[in-house]
Amino acid sequence: MNKMDNEAIATLVKTRFPEAITGSGIFRNELTLIVKKDCVVDVARFLKENKELDFNFLSDLCGVDRVGTDGIFEVVYHLYSIYKRHRVRLKAPIVSNDPRISTVTGIWITADWHERETYDMFGITFDGHPDLRKILTPDDFEGHPLRKDYPLDGRQPATLRDTYRKGEA
Amino acid sequence: MTETATATTTTTHVMTINMGPQHPSTHGVLRLLLELDGETIIKAVPHIGFLHRGVEKLAEYRTYQQCIPLTDRLDYVAPFSNNLAYALAVEKLFGIEAPERAQHIRVLLCELTRIASHLLWLATHALDIGAMTVFFYCFRERETIYDIFEMVSGARMHLSNIRVGGVARDLPGGFLEKTRKFVAEFPSRLDEYETLLTDNPIWKKRTVGVGVISAEDAIDYGLSGPSLRGSGVDWDMRKSEPYSGYDKYHFTVPLGRNGDVYDRYRVRIEEMRQSNSIVHQALNILPGGDFLARIPNVTLPPKEDVETNMESMIQHFKIIIDGIRPPKGEVYLSIEAPKGELGFYIISDGSSHPYRLKIRPPSFVNLEALPKMVEGRLLPDVVATIGSLDIVLGEIDR
Repeated sequence: MNKMDNEAIATLVKTRFPEAITGSGIFRNELTLIVKKDCVVDVARFLKENKELDFNFLSDLCGVDRVGTDGIFEVVYHLYSIYKRHRVRLKAPIVSNDPRISTVTGIWITADWHERETYDMFGITFDGHPDLRKILTPDDFEGHPLRKDYPLDGRQPATLRDTYRKGEA
Repeated sequence: MTETATATTTTTHVMTINMGPQHPSTHGVLRLLLELDGETIIKAVPHIGFLHRGVEKLAEYRTYQQCIPLTDRLDYVAPFSNNLAYALAVEKLFGIEAPERAQHIRVLLCELTRIASHLLWLATHALDIGAMTVFFYCFRERETIYDIFEMVSGARMHLSNIRVGGVARDLPGGFLEKTRKFVAEFPSRLDEYETLLTDNPIWKKRTVGVGVISAEDAIDYGLSGPSLRGSGVDWDMRKSEPYSGYDKYHFTVPLGRNGDVYDRYRVRIEEMRQSNSIVHQALNILPGGDFLARIPNVTLPPKEDVETNMESMIQHFKIIIDGIRPPKGEVYLSIEAPKGELGFYIISDGSSHPYRLKIRPPSFVNLEALPKMVEGRLLPDVVATIGSLDIVLGEIDR
């Protein structure tokens, strides 16, 4: 039960999914696999269930706004194997005018809150998520604050502050 | 308190109560919506975000050095670990390493931070369950650690003592003596806490078999740190992916068996012993040399050079004003923070600001498993279980 090196992981996944993996790279000894968004659940399930890979731990899931340069959002998954001690990063690009992707909550339960946060911060919809609600911003907050087009000093209506003062939120 | 009209086949009255956001045992501003049948919890829904300050957004508008104080305010009872995780991530982006002395200083302060964090956890956890004396004892020792921190950085809470490439300043005079004294005394203090709790029948009744989570579930829910090791999963990043020279230290990773509140308590108590031993080793092997790497355009030149050498002064100004520019790329780096896996995912576009900074806070993920641990249990168990997860809302809400 040994740790696999980055090239071996990349080769194994690419052989199994020649169509779905559209690119890969290694930077600072970290492996990144780029996966088509429609295949993300299949690839994720393979990564978890394959005995050699055994990625049983979803460390992190987040969104990245690349609308300004590439017209896409990215959903980034950081996977870890607690028994094999290796890591991989999955990236799924999605078009910015219809940002949606399938949920991976069926594979790692922990994805639940991460996906809610990504939905809240970027407005990316996770199809099939059991309870896709905002998580960090208040219910009447408008917009998705981590998008690059959202200004740093905010753009909430002045009335929002009054709402909180009255305790109605 | 409102009663809802919904009733299931097994219950006649389901009562929804609001626990928090101003409730002492939620350790901050956590709000729990609990549906109760008598005292049994049918459903628990955590609501978070009351402390959301948009740290990840702010970071995109700060230079890499300016982000360091932001990280202090995540897990504010363990600021040094946050600083370290961030600095290591930026160093990885640059492909540089801190000098050996800086690495050992980092380990030393990091383990003191772990002790301070665990002391605060033990103090409040015991207080929540009704053991008040422990609170005063723990704060006595925590005070000493904070005095040590004050010697090192000038601040008690938000140290910001780490720089990319090392630490901000060398250890001050008197530090070694004070820390040695603390390290010598601390194990006997730990025994003192244990006489109050470990075999105490009331403590055991409140904690044994409470808030149980199996190893498989714990991994599936993404638990990390002592909350995961309480379920018997042997994963400590200081061993599995050693950073900052942890591979030079001898320590064991305590594990629980049953994954209940009591086992998580035992794991953290033993971790404090191990951390104390690491601090002791660090004091003994602390090598001489630089406390900050000398890398042009990345680390500030030494102060005496800035005062005497024109080139160094220009360097100093350029780094402060223009910031430092890592190459284009992205890294994810995580460390074993007192609460679990604290990760920083940084995307660099080659400019002096991070293009994206994502923080993977251990408390956020650990709290997610709370409903799993308390549903079907009694209301007082919620208090014990929250305490055993050791959450800090500063890093949950960011």
